[in-house]
Formats: sequence, structure tokens, C-alpha cells
Amino acid sequence: MSTTPDNRALRARAAIVGAATYGCGEAPGMNDMTLLVRAAHAAVADAGLTMQDIDGLCTASASATMWPMPVVEHLGINPSYVDGTMLGGSSFVAHLLPAMRALEAGQCTAVLVCYGSAQRSATFGRSQVVASRRFLDPQPYEYPYEPLLPVSAYALAASRHMHQFGTTRRQLAEVAVAARAWAGKNPEAFLRDPLTIDEVLGARMVSDPLSVRDCCLVTDGGGAFVLVRADRARDLPRPPVYVLGTATAVWNRQISAMHDLTRTAATQSGAQAYAMAGLGARDMDMVQLYDAFTINTLLFLEDLGFCAKGEGGAFVEGGAIAPGGRLAVNTNGGGLSCVHPGMYGIFALIEAVRQLRGEGGERQLAQARTALVHANGGTLSSQATAVLGTADAL
Amino acid sequence: MQPSALNHYQAQLDAGCFLIQRCSACRQGVFYPREICPHCGGAQLDWEAPSGLGTVHAVTTVRRKPDAGGDLNVSLIELDEGVRLMSRVETLAPDQVRIGLRVRSRVAQTGGRGLVVFDPVQEGAA
Repeated sequence: MSTTPDNRALRARAAIVGAATYGCGEAPGMNDMTLLVRAAHAAVADAGLTMQDIDGLCTASASATMWPMPVVEHLGINPSYVDGTMLGGSSFVAHLLPAMRALEAGQCTAVLVCYGSAQRSATFGRSQVVASRRFLDPQPYEYPYEPLLPVSAYALAASRHMHQFGTTRRQLAEVAVAARAWAGKNPEAFLRDPLTIDEVLGARMVSDPLSVRDCCLVTDGGGAFVLVRADRARDLPRPPVYVLGTATAVWNRQISAMHDLTRTAATQSGAQAYAMAGLGARDMDMVQLYDAFTINTLLFLEDLGFCAKGEGGAFVEGGAIAPGGRLAVNTNGGGLSCVHPGMYGIFALIEAVRQLRGEGGERQLAQARTALVHANGGTLSSQATAVLGTADAL
Repeated sequence: MQPSALNHYQAQLDAGCFLIQRCSACRQGVFYPREICPHCGGAQLDWEAPSGLGTVHAVTTVRRKPDAGGDLNVSLIELDEGVRLMSRVETLAPDQVRIGLRVRSRVAQTGGRGLVVFDPVQEGAA
């Protein structure tokens, strides 16, 4: 029988001490690796360390199956701990818990989690990736019906949410409009012009009920962060961002194999992360979640306890998750308006770190002691949650 | 050695026959075809012909330009046997396919390959 892990002893035993992005938006001439390396170098420097201090590596690629190996080459490191677990966009949050265990066990002392993708500028385009995945990662019970993946999978979930709970396209549009409003305050965001609900509703449909404005960006970008034990973090230059709780859950791969299209594995990862942290949704000062599509934000706000199941649409109405609203969600502009290079999860975590360190500039939250980070992978397939906090949250 | 569940399923489809599996241990229906039961881990999965009747569970229209084939329905269909699969509803315009619509399976043949698709049915006419 499966058991629920009790990880309370690991609460705040590790901290994020460096974080950086690189090349977010358009980075012509760069590739996945060069973006990763630049972000990694900046994150390690931010931590007050050098690359020679890094003895743990967590990384994943959407295309290369042996990705940690060339990353080791490019960084010039000799890690005693390597995690190449690939769970789509949730990977870099999913990497946290095993890394905390490795740090705790003395397997390594400084873990670098890093990612890069030149998805926007790459010459190997989306259509070629889709064609090669048919052979490398077959889904023979879905692809003959020609869903436009991933968007059609999320559209199917959205259709179900609308049918069961009366959620409207206007409520979905609220999510995109709020993300854009936050992006307007973030110089790193890719799309910063104001966006209206009517513009979202009138945008080109891609896979009903989702329009192009319900879909995340396709950008380039690299992101990285450094995790060390909490006792060491206090000696480093940046204010430590403690990992108070984290958990990962994987329930399926294909949308057609999802048990309940309106209830994701975030219910499990979230509950476990909160239990480890000894905190709940009401204690969170912000939410940074993986908004690949507008429906994601509703599903995760529900599954992570910010509102009841089915009430996500009503919850976000009236600018409730936009600047000045009742809950700060995706303060960088999210995958919808800030950055989305193939897999977004690490960027959600980095935005939480920036807010918790008070580096948010115009978008900085007045109260930023705790953050919920949530990352999604595949087509609502894999869910990883982390509760982060400053020293005030200990 | 037995053929894989996938190969057996497709060979039956190519011959015009749509089959699902049922676990001999826990008696639950199984789709897509598996080697072991995803509910209980049992290794004996028996093939059976479903009634073919089901309900549209979730729906999307993939928007495509006319020269790319035009708009396309993609649905998740819940069979009356309790299993769900991706498919499409034919003989209805994509924007007319609604959640809750009752449908019946049909094996379409394309280039010698069978594919399960669905047509609308009138309740009571079944």
C-alpha cells in the first residue's frame, strides 16, 4: 500500500541562495545549452560561489535524453550528485526534495538546478519536434485523432470545467488579463502592453475554448538556482530563501488517461508540501504557478486550496489576482506574458525568490514572507509544489 | 509469445472489430490496452466487445485552415462500460458536438488501418 511521506524533519533544512535568468524573450544565436550555461553562471555568482563549488546538478531537457552529461561538460563540474529526472515543466521543482535529501546526507554541498531553451529562436522547429515525438514518445491512442498538443489537452480539461462548474471564457480571460497587468510592471516580461478581456475573447481560437491569448508564450530563456544546506546559507551574501515544504505527484501522461479532468495531482503534491511546511493556503503571501494555459490557474488555485473546487472562475473575477487584487498570482507575468521557453517551472520558482528577497522593483509585494510555487508538467500530468519562505517564516 | 496488447488491439481494429479489455481479477474495464491491469496489477486481461455506446465527456475544436483540413473535433468519449478514450465525433459539424451527447462507435478504415470514431445516436433509437 502507498503511504504519505512525512518530510517535516526536512522543513527549512535547505535554502535557495542564488538565482538568475538569462536571455528571456528572444535570444537569437543562442541555443538551449548556451542559455543554460549563462543562467547557471549568473546564479552561482549570485550565490557568492564559483562553479568549482558546485557538486550537485539537477537539469532536464525537452529533447535530449542524456542532458546532464553535456551540461557537466559545459559547466566543467564533477558532481557527486546528479538528478536528470524529466517530468516536463514540473521537473525543476520536483528536483528540490531529492536534492534536499542529498544535501542532508552529505552527498553534496551545493546543488545547481538549471535549464535553458531557445524554443523561439531554434531552427529545429515545433513541427519537427512533434513529428519526432511520435516515434520517441509514442501516444498511439491519441495522435491518430490529431489533437494539437499540448493545447488541445488543456482545452478538453477547460471544456469539462465549464460544463461541470459553469466556468466562462470571460473568467478564463481574467487570468490572461491579470498576468499581462503584472507583466506591465516587469521589465523582463516579453509582452507588456495592456490586454483587455474583450481582446482575449476576440483573439484567434486555437483549440476551443482556448484562444491564442489563453495560451502561454513561446520564448527563449534560461533559468538557474543554487540550493545549499540552511546552516551554510546563513554565511552566504544573499538572504536565504528556505524550502519549507515540497512534494511531487504524477498521475498520468495522456489527457485521455486522466481520471478526473477537473482535479489534478496538485491536490496531492500541494497537500504534502503544506504538511511538510506546517502551513496552508491562507498563510501564503503569493502564488507563482505554471500558467501554460488560462485554465491551469483556475485548476491550481482550486487544487492548492485557495478556493473550493469549481470556484476558480469566480475567484479570479474583477481583477482579484491582478496587481492590487486579493491574491498576488504570477507577479512576473507568468508563462502567459513574461517568459515560456518550453518548460516554465523554474521561472515560477525564480520569481518567488526575487519577491522573497525584495527584488521585485515596481511589482514588489508589500508583504513577501511566504510563497507557494507550483509547476505542472506534460498535459496536466505531473505536479510539483514548493512552499518557500524567508527567515521571518521559520 | 502473445502479441502485445497494442498489436492485438490494432489488428482487431484493422479487421473492423473494436475491443476493450476487462481484468479477470478486479473485473474493471481497461482502456487503452495494457499488459497488466492498471487498477489491481493483475496480469489476466480479457478482451471484450463493448456495446459501442458512450457519451461525449469533453470536447474541443482544433482550429485549422481549410487547406490544412479545416476545423476538427477532438473529444474524450466515456463508454458505457466506464472507460474513456480520445476520439472524434463524425457526421456533425465540430461546433455542434456537445458534452453529454450520446454517441456510438464505428471502426473507420484509412489505408488499411482501423480507427475508432463515433457518430451521434438518438437516445431510444439504440
